[in-house]
Amino acid sequence: MLTKLFPNVDWLAMWEATQETIYMTVVSTVFTFVIGLLLGIILFLSSPNQLWANKLVNWLTGSVVNIFRSIPFIILVILLIPFTNMLLGTIRGANAALPALIIGAAPFYARLVLISFREIDKGVIEAVRSMGAKTSTLIWKVLIPESWPALISGITVTAVALVGYTAMAGIIGAGGLGDLAFLDGFQRSRTDVVFVATVFILVIVFVIQIVGDFITARLDKR
Amino acid sequence: MILLKNVLKKYKTASGSLTAVQDANLTIRKGEIFGIIGYSGAGKSTMIRLLNGLEKPTSGTVQVSGYDISTIKGKELRQARQKISMIFQHFNLLWSRTVEENIAFPLEIAGVGKEASQKRVSELVEMVGLKGREKAYPSQLSGGQKQRVGIARALANNPEVLLCDEATSALDPETTDAILDLLLDINEKLGITVVLITHEMHVIRKICHRVAVMEAGQIVEQGNVLEVFQSPKAEITKKFVSQVTESAEHKESISQMLDDPNSQLIQLTFVGKKAEQPVISHLIRTFDVDVNIVHGNISATKSGPYGTLIVRIAGNEENINRAIQYLDGEDVKSEVIQHAN
Repeated sequence: MLTKLFPNVDWLAMWEATQETIYMTVVSTVFTFVIGLLLGIILFLSSPNQLWANKLVNWLTGSVVNIFRSIPFIILVILLIPFTNMLLGTIRGANAALPALIIGAAPFYARLVLISFREIDKGVIEAVRSMGAKTSTLIWKVLIPESWPALISGITVTAVALVGYTAMAGIIGAGGLGDLAFLDGFQRSRTDVVFVATVFILVIVFVIQIVGDFITARLDKR
Repeated sequence: MILLKNVLKKYKTASGSLTAVQDANLTIRKGEIFGIIGYSGAGKSTMIRLLNGLEKPTSGTVQVSGYDISTIKGKELRQARQKISMIFQHFNLLWSRTVEENIAFPLEIAGVGKEASQKRVSELVEMVGLKGREKAYPSQLSGGQKQRVGIARALANNPEVLLCDEATSALDPETTDAILDLLLDINEKLGITVVLITHEMHVIRKICHRVAVMEAGQIVEQGNVLEVFQSPKAEITKKFVSQVTESAEHKESISQMLDDPNSQLIQLTFVGKKAEQPVISHLIRTFDVDVNIVHGNISATKSGPYGTLIVRIAGNEENINRAIQYLDGEDVKSEVIQHAN
C-alpha cells in the first residue's frame, strides 16, 4: 500500500532524517532558550529606569540582537561557515547546523523575553524591591516565574521557526527532512518524497505547538 | 522614629526638571498612625517612597527607625526595607504564587528557614482572617482579600514601620472600613508605626492620630486629626474636611437660607467632651433669640467625636450679636456663615 502510493520513499532514510530534524530542533531550542533568556534579562535590566539601567550595555546588547535578527537565515548559515568549521572541524552534519540555528534564533527569542518581562506589572517589581530583595531574587523568583506563560509560548513560536530553519540548513548539507526533501526529492523530481517529508515536518510542528500550548495553559494562574 | 529634614525631590524629565517634594519637614512618632492627604500629583506618592528608599531625595535627610535611608545602599538598604514594609493600592501580589507562597516571599528574602517560615505564614493567615484560603491564587480572591494578603506579606518580617500607599483606594466603602479596622488592630496590637497616604478624608478621620496635608509638593498643614478637623487653616484642608462633613446638597440648601436679613446662620463645631455641654439651651435662656437647628452632623475620629451643628439665630440684631459673642466665649468654635462661602 505505502510502497504503491510513495514508490520512491526510502522509509529508513525518512526515519533517520526525521530523527536528525528532531535532534537539531531540540538541541537548538534548548540553547536558544538559555542564551535568549540571558540576553533578554540583560536587555530588560539595562533598559532605562530598571535596576541596571545602563545606556551603553543596553545599546550594545540591543544592536547585537537586532543585527543577528535581521540577517536572513540562509545568509547567516553561509557567513558562519568559517566559524562552524573552526568550532567543530566540519561544516557537514546535524551538529554543524547548530551554531547557525542558535545564533539565528537566540536574538529573536531574546526580543520575546524582553516583551514578556515588560508585561510584568511595574507595581509587582516595586513591591519586591520594597521587601529588600536582591536582583538575583528578582530575576529567579519574580521575572521568570511571573512571565512563564509568555516565555513558554515564546519558545514554542521560536521552536517552530527553528524547524523551518533546520530545513533550510539541510540545503547546505546538515541532514534532516529538509535535506532529504531537497536532495532526494526536489532535485531528483520525486514528488512523493517531498510530500512525505513535508507531512513529517508538519507533524513535528503540530506536536511542538500542542505541547507548548498545553504547558502555557497549565502554568497560567491568572 | 521617622524624621524628614528639608527634603527636596526633583525629577529630570524631557522638558526640564519637576519638583515633586520640597521643604518637607516631618516627624512621625513611634507607634502612631500618621496620614498624608493630598490630591493626585501633590507629591504624596513620592513622599512615601522616600521613606523606604524607592526614591532618593535630591537633598535633605530621611531617617526611619534608626536607618539613614537617604544615604544607605546595597545590603544595608535591603535590610532596612525588611523593617519598613509597604502595602499598595493595587496589592501587587505575585500571580504565580498562592496566598501562602506570597506571604512566605519576604521570609524567603530574609533567609528564614522552611519550618519557621511555615509557622509564621499560618500565624499571619490567621491574623488577617484568610484561614482556608491558603492555597488559593490571587486571581481567585476579592479585592479585600488580596489586600489582606498584602498586609500579611508586609507583616511577615515583623516590621517597625508599615507604609500604606493608597491601600484602600481600589476598594468599595465597606471593604475599605474592614481593611482600616485591620490596620488599626495591627497598630494597636503590634505597636507598628503606620504611615499612610490617601486622598480620602474618611480614611484620615477613621484611623489616623495625626495628619499632614500636601499640595503641590509641599506640606501645607499638619497636626492632630481632631485639631485639623476643628480648625482647618489652609484652603485645601477645609476642602478635605468638608469631604466628610458636608454634602453638595447641603451646601446648596444652606446658601438658599442666607437671604433672610433678620437672622444669622452659624456653624458650631464641637470636639470631644464639649459636645456634651448644654450650650444651645443656655443660649436660648440667656439671650432673647430664637434658635432653629438647621443641620447636624457627627463623625467619629480616632481621638474622639467631632460634630458640627448649623443653627439659625433669629431676633433683633443686638441680641444676635450678643449671642455670637457668648458662643465665642465658650470653647465651642463658631463661625457665621456668609454669602460666597
